[in-house]
Amino acid sequence: MRRTGKQTWVFDEGVYIQAAAAAVGPLEADGPLGRYFDVCHRDLYCGEKTWELAERRLMREAVAHCLQKAGVSAEEVDLFLAGDLLNQSATSNYVARELPIPFLCLFGACSTSMQTLAAAAALVAGGLADRALVATSSHNATAERQFRYPTELGVQKPKTATFTVTGAGAALVGRTPGRWRLRAATIGKVIDAGLKNPLDMGAAMAPAAADTIEQHFRDLGTSPDDYDLIVTGDLSRVGSVIARELLAEAGFDVSDVYNDCGLMIYRPDQDVFAGGSGCACSAVVTYGYLLKTLSEGTFRRLLVVATGALLSQTMVQQKQSIPAIAHGVVIEAAEPEPHSSP
Amino acid sequence: MGLRTDYLREVKAFQPSPPYAANAAKAFLAGGALCALAQWLAEWHGRLVVASPLAAQLWAAAVMAGLAIALTAVGKYDDFSQFAGAGATMLITGLANALASAAIEHRSEGWTAGVAGQMLKVGGAAIIYGIIAAYALGLCWLWL
Repeated sequence: MRRTGKQTWVFDEGVYIQAAAAAVGPLEADGPLGRYFDVCHRDLYCGEKTWELAERRLMREAVAHCLQKAGVSAEEVDLFLAGDLLNQSATSNYVARELPIPFLCLFGACSTSMQTLAAAAALVAGGLADRALVATSSHNATAERQFRYPTELGVQKPKTATFTVTGAGAALVGRTPGRWRLRAATIGKVIDAGLKNPLDMGAAMAPAAADTIEQHFRDLGTSPDDYDLIVTGDLSRVGSVIARELLAEAGFDVSDVYNDCGLMIYRPDQDVFAGGSGCACSAVVTYGYLLKTLSEGTFRRLLVVATGALLSQTMVQQKQSIPAIAHGVVIEAAEPEPHSSP
Repeated sequence: MGLRTDYLREVKAFQPSPPYAANAAKAFLAGGALCALAQWLAEWHGRLVVASPLAAQLWAAAVMAGLAIALTAVGKYDDFSQFAGAGATMLITGLANALASAAIEHRSEGWTAGVAGQMLKVGGAAIIYGIIAAYALGLCWLWL
């Protein structure tokens, strides 16, 4: 493990994703990636009494499926890193309560998926854990009621608004060779472009995404051609175009290899405004779908850049602008392991 | 020129602007339809049940509020609002939706801290300024 350039960690020793799983709500299950998810719920309550409990159930199920696929019991995991959008990261803390694993709670808003994955890879590569479990979740209704309004309140949302993904993703990181190798991670800086509209978070996050991607290229001396796919977390229809333009202005044309998880998870006719967002957006698309594109040989190398709007309702009400952050992780297809399943 | 030189200005080209004309037309039609319905209720009620015109209007307002609460409860009022915009805030229906949606939302935290404690979370501001405005107008009327 070493640092290259200013912000990028390179994992020379083999660090692998040994298994991953995703659990989602009804709209995500109905979307174009529905068949790639491990657990699909038919209603937003997921069989629980409240939405918060539903979100907890999603993360618990993602973790359970991930461990089951890896054939590893919770006792054999050395570290659990997780985070979510609820105040006090309630979902992660309550899921960790049920696990016999030392726990680090991380918050990076919707960048948490790659934040936890990058941190887990570094800790495993550094020998501080043999196996580290990462997880993140979001729920449309818990996010709506915490960050916006009651779910049934009649407010007209603009086209720039995004739709929080209901779901959870989990992955097990370890030294034992698996199907997916973690090659590098670029830790982003907090970038505040000065935007104040919480209903246009794509435009608020795009500069952070572009900054991390550009830094990644410069640190590693790579270019967009070195990746089969560069995917951002939840910039959606508005922010993804801005990020692409910002990168073009810096001399990096990513248009042939670029996509956004918020655009991949829903069909255009699903009434989700500008697209999907939330911690689960990049998590379920990466752990549910993108890893399979690697193991099936469609792609060889991905750069997943999870984007987070570090939104505080109090700060927004005090007319403060919205800071944003993005963390990127390079995931490669490793040599096929006959015994492991995706 | 470019996003990197002046982001706040240049980014506007990438942000879709709201369809103001279409929104205004939809708000006018939906809000007008709601008002017409309320007016029709008031007059229809007045003809069926013998009541003063004022009582008929109050009854119509209560029916409209009940209708809005019912639509909120079945999860349809927010869809209507997405279409109607400001038209859905007409009359008492917008306020009824604000109170009902907050009450439903916080049922999971119990009847006291949740439903009762949070019911005015969104609609409270409208009620406070409504009372202040009514009081101020009342004073004006008294003095004139």
